[in-house]
Amino acid sequence: MAGGRIREKIRRSNLYTFACVRPHADIIEELGSLPDGPGFSRIVFCNQSDLHRRKPLRYGLNNISTTKYNVITFLPKGLFEQFRRAANIYFLLASILSLTSVSPFGAVSMIAPLTIVVGLTMAKEAIEDWRRFIQDMKVNNRKVSVHRGGGVFVDRTWQKVRVGDVVKVKKDQFFPADLLLLSSSYDDGICYVETMNLDGETNLKVKRALEVTLSLDDDAAFKDFKARIRCEDPNPNLYTFVGNLEYGRQIYPIDPSQILLRDSKLRNTPHVYGVVIFTGHDSKVMQNATESPSKRSKIEKKMDYIIYILFSVLVFISLVSSVGFSARTKYEMPNWWYLRPPDSKGLYDPSRPALSGLFHLVTALILYGYLIPISLYVSIEFVKFLQAIFIDQDIHMYDEESGTPAQARTSNLNEELGQVDTILSDKTGTLTCNQMDFLKCSIAGVAYGKRSSEVELAAAKQMARDLEEQESGMTSSDGAFRRSEIELETISTPKWGNDHKPAIKGFSFEDDRLMGGNWLNEPNVDIMLLNFRILAVCHTAIPEQNEQSGGFTYEAESPDEAAFLVAAREFGFEFCKRTQSTVVVRERYPNFGQPVEREYKILNLLDFTSKRKRMSVIVRDEDGQILLFCKGADSIIFDRLSKNGRMYLDATTRHLNEYGDNGLRTLALAYKKLEESEYAVWNNEFQKAKSSIGGDRETTLERVSDMMEKDLILVGATAVEDKLQKGVPECIDKLAQAGLKLWVLTGDKMETAINIGFSCSLLRQGMKQICISTTHIDGTANDSKEAIKEISDILFVSHQAIKESISLQITNASQMIKLEKDPHAAFALIIDGKSLTYALEDDMKHQFLSLAVDCASVICCRVSPKQKALVTRLVKEGTGKTTLAIGDGANDVGMIQEADIGVGISGAEGMQAVMASDFAIAQFRFLEKLLLVHGHWCYKRIALMICYFFYKNIVFGLTLFYFEIFAGFSGQTIYDDWYSLSFNVILTSLPVISLGVFEQDVSSDFPALYQQGPKNLFFDWYRIFGWMGNGLYTSLIVFFLNITIFYNQAFRAGGQMADMSVVGTIMFTCIIWAVNAQIALIMSHFTWIQHLLVWGSIGMWYIFLLIYGALPSTISGNAHGILLEALAPAPIYWATTFLVTFACILPYFAHIAFQRAFNPMDHHVIQEIKYYKKDIEDQGMWFRERSKAREKTKIGFTARVEAKIMQLRTKLQKKQSGAGSNFQSPRSPMS
Amino acid sequence: MNSSGGARKEGGSESSSKKSSKKPKYSRFTQQELPAWKPILTPSWVIGTFIGVALVFIPIGLATLSASGRVVEIIQQYDEDCVPPSYKSNRVAYIESNSTNKTCSTSLIVPKPMKAPVYVYYQLENFYQNHRRYVKSRNDKQLRFKDSANSTKGCDPEATLNNTGPIVPCGLIAWSLFNDTYKFSINSKSLQVSKKGIAWESDQKHKFGSDVYPKNFQSGPFIGGAKLNSSIPLSEQVDLIVWMRTAALPNFRKLYGKIERDLDANQNISVIIQNNYNTYRFGGRKRLVLSTTSWIGGKNEFLGVGYLAVGGISLFLALGFILVYIFKPRVVANSECPSVWS
Repeated sequence: MAGGRIREKIRRSNLYTFACVRPHADIIEELGSLPDGPGFSRIVFCNQSDLHRRKPLRYGLNNISTTKYNVITFLPKGLFEQFRRAANIYFLLASILSLTSVSPFGAVSMIAPLTIVVGLTMAKEAIEDWRRFIQDMKVNNRKVSVHRGGGVFVDRTWQKVRVGDVVKVKKDQFFPADLLLLSSSYDDGICYVETMNLDGETNLKVKRALEVTLSLDDDAAFKDFKARIRCEDPNPNLYTFVGNLEYGRQIYPIDPSQILLRDSKLRNTPHVYGVVIFTGHDSKVMQNATESPSKRSKIEKKMDYIIYILFSVLVFISLVSSVGFSARTKYEMPNWWYLRPPDSKGLYDPSRPALSGLFHLVTALILYGYLIPISLYVSIEFVKFLQAIFIDQDIHMYDEESGTPAQARTSNLNEELGQVDTILSDKTGTLTCNQMDFLKCSIAGVAYGKRSSEVELAAAKQMARDLEEQESGMTSSDGAFRRSEIELETISTPKWGNDHKPAIKGFSFEDDRLMGGNWLNEPNVDIMLLNFRILAVCHTAIPEQNEQSGGFTYEAESPDEAAFLVAAREFGFEFCKRTQSTVVVRERYPNFGQPVEREYKILNLLDFTSKRKRMSVIVRDEDGQILLFCKGADSIIFDRLSKNGRMYLDATTRHLNEYGDNGLRTLALAYKKLEESEYAVWNNEFQKAKSSIGGDRETTLERVSDMMEKDLILVGATAVEDKLQKGVPECIDKLAQAGLKLWVLTGDKMETAINIGFSCSLLRQGMKQICISTTHIDGTANDSKEAIKEISDILFVSHQAIKESISLQITNASQMIKLEKDPHAAFALIIDGKSLTYALEDDMKHQFLSLAVDCASVICCRVSPKQKALVTRLVKEGTGKTTLAIGDGANDVGMIQEADIGVGISGAEGMQAVMASDFAIAQFRFLEKLLLVHGHWCYKRIALMICYFFYKNIVFGLTLFYFEIFAGFSGQTIYDDWYSLSFNVILTSLPVISLGVFEQDVSSDFPALYQQGPKNLFFDWYRIFGWMGNGLYTSLIVFFLNITIFYNQAFRAGGQMADMSVVGTIMFTCIIWAVNAQIALIMSHFTWIQHLLVWGSIGMWYIFLLIYGALPSTISGNAHGILLEALAPAPIYWATTFLVTFACILPYFAHIAFQRAFNPMDHHVIQEIKYYKKDIEDQGMWFRERSKAREKTKIGFTARVEAKIMQLRTKLQKKQSGAGSNFQSPRSPMS
Repeated sequence: MNSSGGARKEGGSESSSKKSSKKPKYSRFTQQELPAWKPILTPSWVIGTFIGVALVFIPIGLATLSASGRVVEIIQQYDEDCVPPSYKSNRVAYIESNSTNKTCSTSLIVPKPMKAPVYVYYQLENFYQNHRRYVKSRNDKQLRFKDSANSTKGCDPEATLNNTGPIVPCGLIAWSLFNDTYKFSINSKSLQVSKKGIAWESDQKHKFGSDVYPKNFQSGPFIGGAKLNSSIPLSEQVDLIVWMRTAALPNFRKLYGKIERDLDANQNISVIIQNNYNTYRFGGRKRLVLSTTSWIGGKNEFLGVGYLAVGGISLFLALGFILVYIFKPRVVANSECPSVWS
């Protein structure tokens, strides 16, 4: 310490001498060469944050900013963003040019819409960014208590915290930066941390301070505290930390368990002291944050290509026009005396045809601009806005419990919802409620617990439904066979099920044999007792007394541990107190009046790790007996049973299989009695291992623990249900039927993830599981239990070897899938985070992806937020298909931002996911409606709408061009300016908006229809060019029929000829009729709104003509009185309109009639079924159609039920043939 | 058991009022459940529509064709014939010279009886009345209002006469007014050509002022076409009014007048033409047309043909669909064949 202080004095003096000029060179020198080279160069002077004010040790401040713009950059950057859209650039140019005299239209008609479009979008951006800014400010201005010096702590805002500061964080506060834990209010320097914002897990994690800093446990102790940390540079890796602490001339290694990460929360600990290592954007959680990208839907991107094509057409016809124009101007115009060629200057100067050609090019570009309508963008924005309102207003997506409706936070991606191919889902809080319910147990080979798991219930329901369907549809003999199976399957569905008493959180156990102390009447009471004691003692949880009721709640590392404790409490073994070395359990026996408090002295605690898959405590009970209580994965425990401990092995195994099959999470419980001497010897070795320092400490510890945890006696097993959120299995089933792939990305352990896979039917019996992990030598096995064979050595082999092993595992698995003969075989891929780091490397990721794509379900466990984002990116970029990420926590932000569509679960505590998301829903199950109904509709609506929009503008724009050919390419339009202007504004825009907002092909109950979106049937090039072709055809018909009909012939009874305004008006009438009749043919769903808008638009045209014609001739020009005087009385006007309209839509009509008759699409068939009400009349057929839709799904309930039925049928056949004489009903509880 | 109540977290009853306020209100509109008509193209609809179209279109086509067939039309091109042989090689010089005799005569034979009124048209070809520079070269305000003589915007280079003030009517359209004239006679008996009602009524009433008189018209160095009698208001200058309705195509007819007398078949009408208008410079042609009209207007076979074609195609398609439905039916509302569910 003394030496440190001297060094400190030297440093202090530097502050006032040359150090300001040549800062810290000496300090660096003093530290000597850096130990680990690049990547490990960070040096933190603890409690001397002043040293970090200047280079080279100046690190970033602790303020964060997630905004895209600031006040200065908003305008240029925002405009830049806007004009990255190809169309906007064009509109901008057109607007600029429209200010010059070459423009065929007025400038206002070009500039105003552009300003509106750009202005609105930028305003939207600004508001969103402002919200982000406010949020940042809130975070930056949080207060934390910081050591000011001399042992005094003062409150400071987060943004002013520097690297090296010592901070004191109090209970339930967030850590302001990444800290090194120095000490806590507990003597042993532990503290509990909730990392929900990091990995989505709500369970508490324990952090431990280094022993050497334990003494720094009050404010005054920091007066003279000096230390130095050398560690890794900022990186996004949440679960690792490399560094050491130099304190009092000693060097101590720091590992992740001493690091408190920003955005996690201190829980159950009054306060901790820590020193800031990473601030602001250097912190791990911020390193995990990816910049929120601006997302555009695939349709919109493709629309850009259409714009390019049309732009090329536009340029082409403009060039034709201008070449034609300059040729005419040069060769013919000198003879056109009526134009007074000698007086023509500028635009029409025959002596400079090249120049006038150039001018005319600009004119033409603006003139034919109708091919690329700005109104398209306005309409699309408007339509999407209305679609978003429908999403917001959907009563079926409103969650009564949390009171949150669905929210479309951006309307850009509505149609993308209809094209999703892969869903990447978080688990905790998204699929599950993060609540474990103790449901069943098996004690001494007897199964207890009558309530069925949700999976069982849902499967039973589904099977009953299928039975009904089959009965109506199937032939009788087959039906009878089925029925016998189902009866056999009929489950002890709880009549006493749902609401007969207030549920206890974490406890859904239901069996009178154990409850209310009845367990005393069961055989094997001693085993029972042990079982309950193991539950009550073998854990790391902390009890919390509820002040009002006096009952206990438990803060546990994992929710299943909490469920065990609740269960133990309900059985009469209430865990009520934990000290450093003891656990107190209040035991209640029915024949005793008062509960008995028993104290267990904890001698050792062998932690749970994902590798060990078990935890044990060694306790001394009040009788002085030393006991080892162990709980762990069944396969692990079963391997460690003693000879006489296997009494209940067979029965328990059977029960465990059953539980696992029903989607429950199982653990086996075992114990062993220890002799004092035996224990002493082992403890000696254990303590030695514990105090050893060095790389092999872990291994030694593990080995020593291993020695103890053997020769166990099996007591029983527990089954806990990881409560799925409401409707999740059904939703997954529907999504699977819709052909969507679901990947689960979770921070959880592999076993948990697998269990959840089972309970939401992503995994099922008979599915081949491919487990890829760094701890498995044999990555592929038919059953997870076999797969979990660990070779711990592999963990320690080099990077390269691990990588090779994973590569090998992937290759083997791919091979296996290729060689699979059975077409019904389904594969599931389960991979852990560590393997994923290798699998995501550039050289391996495609191999990994192709394997994953071949599997019916993919589960990634133990993944960091960054990895979630990387996996999402891999899927997105590797498959080129649309991905949707759904999650609820801050740890999902990365993937939510990375995916094509991010969906946040709202209504929960954290808002980060929602803030980053594009859509927010309150429950996973709403995804079904969001995708299959809104998404499907929006996709179709937008696709049809865009196709139609281009169609109608091609029709209109090309007639302008044809007329040019006849008008000497002079740039004259045949239509009155006001017609052109109102074409996209009032005459054709409303029907197309109604198409975009209200079109429905069929109502929602057909998941299989959804595939039209991912396959992009409505916006492929075939269709787009089809519509363009149709537009070309219509424009030709409109123009040339009109020209021919009105060529040199009187059109009125008075002998008057059709002049330009008459021909233009008639032609325009034809266009209005044709495009509106066309949209009526596209629509398949007419509410009064569509009727009003489509037919109203046609009516509007006549009203427009009437009003325009009634205006003074100085405004309406040659259109004055045109309808009333000239057109309406002329039969040829109506006859032409009629003829042209039919001629225009006839091919399309014939096309759709033909298509429906001979090559119907899915929705056609369903529409027909609905139309003929066959779904009501002929139930059997309706079900046949529906079950066809489900056929191919390999995951989800339906697939599971199918598989189960298949399995049962084989069993039944065996039974009937007498081969399987010992066949038992799989769910008879008393076997 | 009851002691376990504390295990549940509090906070379920946070604020129920806030919850209900966020709940979307049910309406058939917001839930997209409005009653709707969902037509689909069943075979009967398809066939019915095609047959219906055929049944409507074919009669209309026939009716229009017969109406068009009743129209009698005489067309006589005269630009070539009216150039004296000595000028054949230099027609532009002939027409642009002030000293040459522009009078010319020709005769028309009435092929079939023509019921009054017989409309007289002049037809110009290769004349770009739809050129942008030409179309824009007018000022509706000036034509309408007496006080707006000075609004000559857009009329350049025929906007003002040097030192004398604005030209009324200004602009190139008026300036290039057609100025050939025709005098008809049958057996030396002159045939009256009425100009009444050849212009649009609304044009005369609302577009050309009855108190606006031609001013400075055709007095500049370049003479375009016809001169106007400056004592007649614009609203009565029907030839100008007709001319100012610019044609859509470079070949166009304009109404010259009407003969309010029946013409018998094989009558020989002699016409004396003042061949003033310079179409020679731009290679245009001039024709004189006499025509009757029917309810669909002039001789217009194409409309009828179009109707017959569309009706015929519909009939054909209807038959096609019927045949296919008979021989290769697809059971509606069944998806046995297609790749629907895969």
